[in-house]
Amino acid sequence: MFTLDFVINAISLGSLYAIIALGLVIVYGILKLVNYAYGELIMIAGYMLFLLGSAGVSPWIILGITAVFTATLVSYLTELVAFRPVRTKSMTAILVTSFAVSTLLQNLVLLIVSPRSRAVPLPDLFAKSVNILGSDVSMRNILTIVISLALLGALSLLMKRTILGIALRAAAENFTMTRMLGVPANMVISVAFILSGFLAGVVALFWVGRSGSVMPTIGTAPLLIAFVACVIGGMNSLTGAVVGGYIYGIIFSLLSLFLPQSLLDYRDAFMFAIVILILLFKPEGLVKGGYVPERVG
Amino acid sequence: MLVLNKIHARYGAITALRGISLKVEEGELVALIGVNGAGKSTTLSTIAGVLKPVQGEIQFQGQSLVGKSPEQIIRLGIAMVPEGRDIFPSLTVEENLRLGAYTRNNRTEYKQDLDEMFELFPILGKRMNQPGGTLSGGEQQQLAIARALMSHPKLLMLDEPSLGLAPALVDQIFELVVNLHNRGVTILLVEQNVERTLDIADRAYLMRTGKIEDEGTPQHLRERVDIEGVYLGDHTPDKA
Repeated sequence: MFTLDFVINAISLGSLYAIIALGLVIVYGILKLVNYAYGELIMIAGYMLFLLGSAGVSPWIILGITAVFTATLVSYLTELVAFRPVRTKSMTAILVTSFAVSTLLQNLVLLIVSPRSRAVPLPDLFAKSVNILGSDVSMRNILTIVISLALLGALSLLMKRTILGIALRAAAENFTMTRMLGVPANMVISVAFILSGFLAGVVALFWVGRSGSVMPTIGTAPLLIAFVACVIGGMNSLTGAVVGGYIYGIIFSLLSLFLPQSLLDYRDAFMFAIVILILLFKPEGLVKGGYVPERVG
Repeated sequence: MLVLNKIHARYGAITALRGISLKVEEGELVALIGVNGAGKSTTLSTIAGVLKPVQGEIQFQGQSLVGKSPEQIIRLGIAMVPEGRDIFPSLTVEENLRLGAYTRNNRTEYKQDLDEMFELFPILGKRMNQPGGTLSGGEQQQLAIARALMSHPKLLMLDEPSLGLAPALVDQIFELVVNLHNRGVTILLVEQNVERTLDIADRAYLMRTGKIEDEGTPQHLRERVDIEGVYLGDHTPDKA
């Protein structure tokens, strides 16, 4: 029943969800803001792939790097232009700003490109599969796992070994005290948005890679997944986001495998029922984190 | 070194400081005493840039601090150990100290400073790789002070360093403050433990409802102020 392909697919999905959740929680940790525009960063990267592909740019690696760079840049710009001016205002103001940025980016694409989905060029490697122990395993899934693990490792090193990472972790626990030690507030928040944008860009490559197309609402599903994964793992730590992402991906894969055909349409309902059960026993999520609910100001 | 001139500060609609004027000279240990809510911690927060004054002037070594952010103020040489210590619980002792040295950014000096801190606070050396949150209250206080010292401050502000500690640890903390003072560190100390504070301070200011009510040497304050009343909140100046 658990073929190697299934196991790798489940881990691949979990890895992708872990990265998605991590991108959301990096900003949440510091601003205490669930950034609703996060999904749109994935969309922007997807459209960058489409636009460059349509312009005939090649090889694909250039498209991929540019798409990730664009999501990173747009994330930084949203912080600079939209979030920074309202940072010290009320939580409502910052939340409305987040909705506004999300709507603005989505409508911008609707206006400039099209409301219809567009095919996106994918690397040849994504379509290939390799035979491992008698099972055909998709290269896209292997790549998702390898790149996700490499990203998680690099991020873990950044957070533990560099002063920038230590400052980011400290800011998530006590923003005012971090500033009182000389860490510039603007720098910490900008870095959080840059990292979040970078992760959104990488996610976009694999997310779009699953469907092969992009549309203005493509960011909604990953945003919801990120949010639920963070709730499962706990909003208060980076580890929680990663754990939540993997659990979400693995449970989702198991539901896809075990649910009878007639109930597959209700997969999300089953998924959320499991999430509710987890929350009944662990209301703060599975991983206890060190972040405190302090808003920056 | 530090001069506050008629500082007014507010928390929303509540006026917390009403024209505070005080000064700290280089090498001094100056204490702020008074009941809870007198504005002692608010004064420190205002100097540190956490709270913006609505009126008045703060000068540090001839430079105005008004309008400067906390991260700019520590770079001028003012470090603060806040009430409640505010160490980072999930960061290790070493990571807490590394952040304390953020403004200095010198790897070689950092190692030397770290060794010096572990000499001054041996327990921190033993707990170097432990998360700050797992330390006892007294150890956390030592960590908070060591973290502030890592920036080589010209002025160290300590807010209620003995609060919530067992009597034996309170002794240790006061010994430490005296030790730092003897090493030439300029200190502005806020403490509830008035008797002990007046024992070690060079000068002190008595605060009440956001104002400076009296100032002078510890002996002067002891003579003029009902110290017991400071605890109870009904102290009266000019008791003599």
